[in-house]
Order: sequence, then C-alpha cells, then structure tokens
Amino acid sequence: MAVTGVFMSSVADTHTQDHGHHGPAKGFSRWLLTTNHKDIGTMYLVFSFTMFLLGGTMAMVIRAELFQPGLQIVQPEFFNQMTTMHGLIMIFGAVMPAFVGLANWMLPLMIGAPDMALPRMNNWSFWLLPCAFLILLSTLFMQGGAPNFGWTAYAPLSTTYGPPSTTFFIFAIHIMGISSIMGAINVIATILNLRAPGMTLMKMPLFVWTWLITAFLLIAVMPVLAGVVTMMLMDINFGTSFFDASGGGDPVLFQHVFWFFGHPEVYIMILPAFGAISHIIPAFSRKPLFGYASMVYAVGAIALLSFVVWAHHMFTVGIPIVGQLFFMYATMLIAVPTGVKVFNWVATMFRGSLTFEAPMLFAVAFVILFTIGGFSGLMLAIAPADFQYHDTYFVVAHFHYVLVPGAIFGIFASAYFWLPKWTGHMYDETLAKTHFWLSFIGMNLAFFPMHFLGLAGMPRRIPDYALQFADFNMISSIGAFMFGATQLLFLFIVVKCVRGGEKAPAKPWDGAEGLEWTVPSPAPYHTFSTPPEVK
Amino acid sequence: MRVHAKRAGALASGLMLPAMSMADWTVNMSPGVTSTSNEIFSLHMTILWICVVIGLVVFGVMFWSIIAHRKSRGHKPANFHENTLVEILWTIIPLVILVVMAIPATATLVDMYDTSEADIDIKVTGYQWRWKYDYLDEEFGYFSNLATPLDQVQNRQDKGENYLLEVDNPLIVPVGKRVRLLLTANDVIHSWWVPALGIKKDAIPGFINEAWFQVDEPGVYRGQCTELCGKNHGFMPVVVEAVPGEEYNTWLAEQKAAARKERELTRQDWTMDQLMARGKKTYQTACAACHQPDGSGAPPAFPALKGSAIATGEKMAHIDIVLNGKSGTAMQAFGGQLSEVDLAAVITYERNAWGNNTGDIVTPKEILDYKNQK
Repeated sequence: MAVTGVFMSSVADTHTQDHGHHGPAKGFSRWLLTTNHKDIGTMYLVFSFTMFLLGGTMAMVIRAELFQPGLQIVQPEFFNQMTTMHGLIMIFGAVMPAFVGLANWMLPLMIGAPDMALPRMNNWSFWLLPCAFLILLSTLFMQGGAPNFGWTAYAPLSTTYGPPSTTFFIFAIHIMGISSIMGAINVIATILNLRAPGMTLMKMPLFVWTWLITAFLLIAVMPVLAGVVTMMLMDINFGTSFFDASGGGDPVLFQHVFWFFGHPEVYIMILPAFGAISHIIPAFSRKPLFGYASMVYAVGAIALLSFVVWAHHMFTVGIPIVGQLFFMYATMLIAVPTGVKVFNWVATMFRGSLTFEAPMLFAVAFVILFTIGGFSGLMLAIAPADFQYHDTYFVVAHFHYVLVPGAIFGIFASAYFWLPKWTGHMYDETLAKTHFWLSFIGMNLAFFPMHFLGLAGMPRRIPDYALQFADFNMISSIGAFMFGATQLLFLFIVVKCVRGGEKAPAKPWDGAEGLEWTVPSPAPYHTFSTPPEVK
Repeated sequence: MRVHAKRAGALASGLMLPAMSMADWTVNMSPGVTSTSNEIFSLHMTILWICVVIGLVVFGVMFWSIIAHRKSRGHKPANFHENTLVEILWTIIPLVILVVMAIPATATLVDMYDTSEADIDIKVTGYQWRWKYDYLDEEFGYFSNLATPLDQVQNRQDKGENYLLEVDNPLIVPVGKRVRLLLTANDVIHSWWVPALGIKKDAIPGFINEAWFQVDEPGVYRGQCTELCGKNHGFMPVVVEAVPGEEYNTWLAEQKAAARKERELTRQDWTMDQLMARGKKTYQTACAACHQPDGSGAPPAFPALKGSAIATGEKMAHIDIVLNGKSGTAMQAFGGQLSEVDLAAVITYERNAWGNNTGDIVTPKEILDYKNQK
C-alpha cells in the first residue's frame, strides 16, 4: 500500500466490551444463522479446504492411473468423471470460495467497516454452496455416473451424449452462480459504501482493489455461464437445438459463450491473489509497495482485456483468420500489464530488508512460478504455435502453474499472513516452512514434466498413453502424491495454531501496514463499530 | 532389516524398469516434416528463448535482492516506491518485444490458412472412436481403427512399440503432393492431430474445417485425437503413411478395385453362416465399444442388445435404428458408415448371437431396398 503517511486513528476497540452480550450464539445455530463476516469468512475457508482435499483426492486417482501405461486402477469412464469433477471442485469449490472467505474476513478489517454491507445475504450466499456441492457430488452415485465431459462441458458431448446426471450438474452450476453473484454484490456494496472516512479509492489496500475488480468480473460473467448451461438444459430436456447442427444449431456457439465466461473466470481466480501478494511482499521487504497506482491500473487493464480474448481457447475450431489474428494480438497484450505487476513486485523487494517467514516464501514462489505460467501462457497465445500446444499436457502444465503456485500459493501465503490475526496465536514457523518446501518441490515435480509431455505430443484428458510418455508421467505422479500428502500438514498446522501457540501481538509482522493490524489479535467478534479515520 | 531393504530395492527397480528400458526423455517439440511444422517449431523456439532471457533478467534481479538485501545481513531498507521513467520503460519494452513476436506468427498463420490449389482432397470424419478417410476424387473411403489389442491395454500382454499409436488402416498419402483435408465429425467434436505435420484441427459435427500439408519425406507419422470425445478418447490414434508416388498409385488402384468388389457383394446371395461370420467382425469394430463384445452393453447410456426388444423383435425396426440411429442418444446412424453387406451382416449377427435366436436373415438386398424406399 503506497499510502505512506496514512495514520490510523487509534481504535482500541472499546465498543465490543460495552456490548458483550452481542457475542456469538452457541452451538450449530451460531454457524447456521450467523451474519458475522468473520464467522462466514471462517466457514468459507473451512469449506474451501474441505473441497481442496476432495478435489485433490480425485487428482490422486488421476495421477495413480497415469503412473504407468496401461489401465490399472480405473476404467476410462470413471477416469473422465474424475478429471471433470476435479476441475469443477477445484475451481468452484476450492479456489473461488477461499478468496471469498479471505474477502469476508479481511475486507471489513482493511477498510475499517463493522461488517459486510449485506450480512444476511452473506449468510445465504455461503449456505448455498454446500447445497450446490451436495448436488454435484451426488452425481457420482447416479446411474450412468457423474459428468464425464470435462469441466468445460463442450456440447454435444455434454448434451446429446452426456450422462443422465448432466441435468443435476447444470442445477448445481446455477446455484454456485447465484452464490457467487450474491457474494460479488456484497463485496462491491461493502467497498463502495463502508470505507472509513478518509479512505479514498486510491488509498485502498490492493487486496480491496483487486477484489472490487474481481467482483465486477463475477457479476459480468456468472450470468453468462448460467445462460450457457441453461441452453444445455433446453437442448437436453426440451428439444431445442442450440448446439445441435442437425437441428440448425452450432456446437461452436457453446464454446464462444462458455469461454466468454471462462476467460474472465481465470482472472477471477488470480486477481485476489495479486492483491494479497501485494501486501505480503512489502511487509517482509520492510519497504512500501513499488508503483501502487500502476498496480491498480494494471489490474484494471487485465480485467478489461479478459473480455476480448476468449477465443484463444478455440484457435483450432476453425475461426476465420481475421478473428484468429485479433484474438492472438489481444491475448499477447495481456502480457504487458501482467509484466508490470511482476516488475513492481521485484522492484519492491529490491533494496528492501528481506526476511523469509512462511507467507514471504509462498509469495516469492508465487512471483517466480506464476511468471513461468505467464511465459507458457504467452507461448500459447501465439496462434500458430498453439496448434501444436492446444489440448496437450503443455496446456495442463500452463494452467496448473498459474493455479497452483498462483492462486493456491497466494491463498496459503494469505492464510499464514493473517492466521495470527484470526486465531490470536502464531503458527509453527518450522512446520510452515516444511509445508512450503514440500509443496514447492512436489508441485514442480508434478507439473514441470508436463511441459515436456505436451511438447512431446501427449494429449490431455487421456487415461492411458503411448510408451514414450512413461518416464515423465511417473515422475509427475510421484510429485503429485508428494504435493497431495503435504497438504495434510497444512491442516495440522492450522489446527495447532487455532488451539494454541505463542500469543500473537496486534501486529505480528514489523513491516506490515493496514487497518487490520490496528485491532487486537485475535480480532474481536465485532470490530470498527466506530469507524477509524484514515488521513 | 537387510531382507526388507532388498525387497524394497527389488520393488523399486521393478517399478522403475519400464522407465529405464524405454529411456525416452524427449523434452521438446519436434521440428516435424512439413513447412508448416518447421515454421511452428522455429516460432516456438524463438518465443521460448525470449521468455528464457526475460526470465533470467527478472529472476536475476530478484535473486540478487533475495541474497544481498536480507535483514539477516543487516541490510537497511530503502524507501523508494515509484519511478515514472522506469515504469514507462517496462511497459514500452515488453510491447516492442510482443510486436517482434507477432510478425513471424502472423506470417505463419496466413500461410497455414491458405488451403487453395490442393492436389488431393481427403475428407476426414471423426466418429466415436475412430476416423474415416474418404478420398473424394476416387470414390472410396475406409475407417481407421485402433490396432492395439485390448490385452495390451489391460496389461495381460506386453505392450508393443507403437502402443496406442497404431491403426489397422492408416491414411495413405503420396509424397510431394499438396493434400487438403476437409474435417468434420459424425457425433461429437474430435480433433485431428499429427505433430510431425503441424496440423491440429477440430472435427465438428455439421461443419467442415480445412487444413493442408505436403510431406516430402516418406515415412509413418503418428498422432492422436486431441479433443475429449467420450470414454475412448485416448484410444483413437491417427496414423499417416507418406509413400512414393508410384506406390501410392498402385495402392489407389487396389482400393478402387476393392470398393468395386464390395459393391458387387451386395448383389450376391448370402448364407446365414457367411453373414454371421462377417457380422461378428463388423460388430467388433463398429458396435462392441459401446454395446460390449458380449452384447451386454453399459446401461443406461448403452443398452444391452442381448435379449433386447429391438434385436429380438420386429426386423424393420431393428434395421431402422441401425441405419438411422436414435436421435437424442449416443446411437449413431450407421447407414452411411457401413456397406450394405456389413449392415446386413451385423444386423443378422445381432439377431442371432448371444441367445437372440430369432433365426432371421437380413440380406444386403433388403438393406438396399430399405434405403431406396426412403
């Protein structure tokens, strides 16, 4: 935050002591009925981690089957269900709710608001999620199995040729969409209305900025996703032919509409991480963030460009050359604002006074590995070269490099950064560093060889492969098992931290800045009942 | 202790053995054998090196900070947080690099899209889960199925050299000729990819995509379907065999003669045994993937044929569903995929195999009549 010289008025929160009887209710009804942003944030984070483990288990099934050539553990039908469910659960169940959880916890604390602007809707948007995922997961036990057409659900494989459970999948997507839209409305209403006096837009912490922009992206594209799955629903159940060429429809229409949602969606999963990293790197560099204003403009530029690049997912469907060129150029342009962000982070570290606690380790790994994912993204943007990369393991490597060390390392970095604030205890630094290094090694072992596999010609979404791909697949599986098992350590670290540990001061990181560090640790149930003043 | 160590060692080496014996550590794209694939390769290498250089510079600065600017070394933090000149520079320079990248990429793309003036036109149709190649000027076509035996996939047999990358009938093309492909699909979207040719193009039902290539070096080039197309997506390889012109002409003549002979077979008289034998073969290639070799199917998506109402009921209804498919389900229309003889044989087979003892014979002539009456 480049708000050097911002002085927070002292807000030792006396308000809560006066109204002690406003504390949380007891038992399960506390969680079911709560409208408290901290409770809801916690529920989002717990839900997200549960889904992370579940989606991760499915990834383990995939990697176990791909450990050696031949079919050993699962049959192709089930393998396809695993790849589909792994994608859906990780995107909609793990990454997105984790960021909403962080938003719930941190946005009010960062802008000096007493809660989210629409607390009851906040409760509802959380509780819709478990419902949606119960529906989605129930498809695994239905006759004909779970959705097996990949998370992208390309028609007509997902319509005419989809399993009977597809209708449940569509319904689950609708509910998730409603939840996301309500969450986004809440974020926008909170940020635009509840900022502390004196906090102008250009003084907002970057996590607030990135979430504001993310929320607008969500509102713009989730209805598009709802639209496209509704068209699927009509094709399957009501005899329409949106995507059926024999009825006058167009299978490629599905892809255009889907990716109009899908591309902004990938930025929805990374922008909040950009914001969090922009707090963590300055904190552990003991130096203000370099280029605050250009960071804000870069995020805005990325968000705007994300609406005009969708067809780069479709270079091989045969769009006309003019379209091909437009989408290639537009996609390449995204490298400019993304580059600006990376340069700014590096410039922030440059000539700082660095220490490497767990949040900083994850943040530094984020910058390096996300940049590698950015490089492969740039390569994929080159349309002619994409003809060789498209739908191979090179793409799998690319998006796992932006999602695992990008989104997920961003979430881990945030979790360690703010755990002392949430729990009032310091986490076990040695264990956290172990968690980092095992994750770092496991993740690179799992995903780096996938670049080689893709370049050597291995298509994605196949349950079995030719013999020349055997070696790197085995290495990749070993890395994946290592990464997967390591995440149980994270669970242990968090539980240990919640239950006890060294008492955390209000501001446990000497370089950290922001209103959230002005309240005690753990943050009281009600904070900022009287708004602080930002000068 | 020692025994355990030995066992662990044996287990580990057993697991690693296939890896060691194959020892294939290909890490990069191959330049391929066509002008397109060569251009793509050089584009790929150019971008890769640009990325490597940028990466070295950026990570170099970063690691310098990580090593030199540590608090533990007593480094005191500076307090700068903006520099307009630097910020403008690192916006402009990447932009210039991107323009440099875009120029050759545009040229390659224009070249790839020029599908005019082809010597040979071949229609490529994707089916769940095989390819059909129709030589449009020569009036014949054939299916290309995975040739790897199921026993190898199920690990009951050692895997062959071209495991999962071998087919019964490869696409045969002459060297030195410009071949144009017209790609479409019969059911779901497939994608036809041969890395060495630099072609990956989606085959989309109801639409026709174009691609072209010219191979100058005789050889066998292998690829796979690259768009998820259902359960056997991983089992529909593409094999292209480029042969010298003369060899191609001989092969062409053989194919045309065989196609003619096939058409004559329709008029011939068939016995039950002949139809059953041929029907069994057709069933294995065209039907068994869904309805299973023993007719038990995989309900609900793929109903059983054994004892089914259609396979043991009215003959005309059976012919109708096989020829025209059933809309809204995965059952394809096989009327245009199989010859009259194969259709007659496979329907006869389905009506008499696995205890469906209807005793019915369906002759090629009946199929022809059925088609003509429509």
